[in-house]
Amino acid sequence: MKKVIEVSGLTKRFGHFTAVDHITFDVKEGEIFGFLGANGAGKTTAMQMLCGISKPTAGSGTVAGFDIIRENERIKCNIGYMSQRFSLYEDLKVWENIRLFGGIYNLSGKVIERKTEELLERLDFREERSTLVKYLPLGWKQKLAFSVAIIHDPDIVFLDEPTGGVDPAMRRQFWEMIYEAADRGITVFVTTHYMDEAEYCNRVSIMVDGRIDALDTPEALRSQYNATSMDEVFRQLARKASRSE
Amino acid sequence: MIEVTDLRKSYGRQGKTLAIDGISFTAGEGEIFGVIGPDGAGKSTLFRILASLILPDSGKALLNGHDVVNDYRKIRQIIGYMPERFSLYQDLSVEENLQFFATLFHTTIEENYHLISDIYRQIEPFKKRRAGALSGGMKQKLALSCALIHKPEILILDEPTTGVDPVSRKEFWDMLQRLKAQGIIILVSTAYMDEARQCSRIALMQGGSFIATDTPQGIIDSYREILWSVEGSRITALLYTLRQLPGVKSCFAFGERLHITVREELHLEELKQELVGQGFDDLRIAPIKPTIEDCFMAIDNQ
Repeated sequence: MKKVIEVSGLTKRFGHFTAVDHITFDVKEGEIFGFLGANGAGKTTAMQMLCGISKPTAGSGTVAGFDIIRENERIKCNIGYMSQRFSLYEDLKVWENIRLFGGIYNLSGKVIERKTEELLERLDFREERSTLVKYLPLGWKQKLAFSVAIIHDPDIVFLDEPTGGVDPAMRRQFWEMIYEAADRGITVFVTTHYMDEAEYCNRVSIMVDGRIDALDTPEALRSQYNATSMDEVFRQLARKASRSE
Repeated sequence: MIEVTDLRKSYGRQGKTLAIDGISFTAGEGEIFGVIGPDGAGKSTLFRILASLILPDSGKALLNGHDVVNDYRKIRQIIGYMPERFSLYQDLSVEENLQFFATLFHTTIEENYHLISDIYRQIEPFKKRRAGALSGGMKQKLALSCALIHKPEILILDEPTTGVDPVSRKEFWDMLQRLKAQGIIILVSTAYMDEARQCSRIALMQGGSFIATDTPQGIIDSYREILWSVEGSRITALLYTLRQLPGVKSCFAFGERLHITVREELHLEELKQELVGQGFDDLRIAPIKPTIEDCFMAIDNQ
């Protein structure tokens, strides 16, 4: 099976501090890959290297078929990215946000028009077409942000805590959107602090002190750590951390 | 004591958006009162009114006898408030932020160190670091320290653990339990149902109203649906198939299994045979007791 992410010995040091410490892993096409770790374990730094916005100190790899060191600009065109903090322009209307991100990803006016209709239809958002994004409830914003992040049909989408602060019902709706995207062949790379969501991933990695200390299917991790839930697996691993955030 | 009577607040032209629609409740000393609800239910608006930051349209709210509108100066002395967004000074260090808040309330870090020592000790090794450079868990610990440094009688915490990892969340809640034991009243909102379980009482909020207020166990006991857990291979396909069946009222993923609510006339064996007929194998179906999260989903589904 094609690999969408393939990295080896990826390392990032800031002065004497090693934020990411020789991580090696791959992510297969169409996979939902959960990237877990405590606050400060190095997840964000690792993601920044994978997205081509931070140069690794050592190591190598490819994302969406492009070299993370030499072709980082091309990576940016072939991935989608959504974070909890910033994804949409609050002072633009729903359709304007779609138009803007379509434009950024070089889609033609015609394609953007078609995509806008499809997207509003699928999200049942037609009545909100001209609503300013700041007036949408958080859960709606997150659904729109996700749709906008994959408007250019990227090979892979990076989701950085997409459901932080989102209520249980809306979280489940959001995950059903993730399943649909994965069914359409988009690889999903996702971080979360909700351990029930870790169970929805095909495979999960857990970072501790900059290293990947565990990587497998949720089922295999549960049996390896003799745990009844991913929450227990996470606690066992995080307890080993020596680095205090 | 928090005493809220028929509080109302609307926004926009001619009060078009009703944010708080007649809320009444009380919370007493040594209670952790949790407010649980979907996004946009009005939780933050309610907390801002109680923190004296915005005015209600009508109704009354007293915090330890002081009115949130008329006695707002007193209110601000007796409450500690942690807003939803991190709102400390990013360019000040950990220690400078804490000192700043202590000074505002005419106290010192030394005088009230005992209140925050449990939590502040964990971030003290980084006291020279800029607050903006802290990770999520550390920011929350600093924000709580700053909200506590003037020895408040009532703590108002708006989703304090959003973005915080499971281990740090547990530490944070252990801290809240200790503060509760010291007699501080804690009002908290959360999207994590394991945290809702740790509250003395919770209110389920929707569309600006409290639709149920009880102990977590009381909320669970009043659950009326027939709830089964379903496990099997091809879980995503199973989820969509179950939703199509007439006897199934709702179906949601809960970790590695599915929780379904069903109509009375549906028998377990019947469902199993139906699913086997549709090509699913390795099925395990069993009645289960609801969790707080099931209660929440049932309300949201109405």
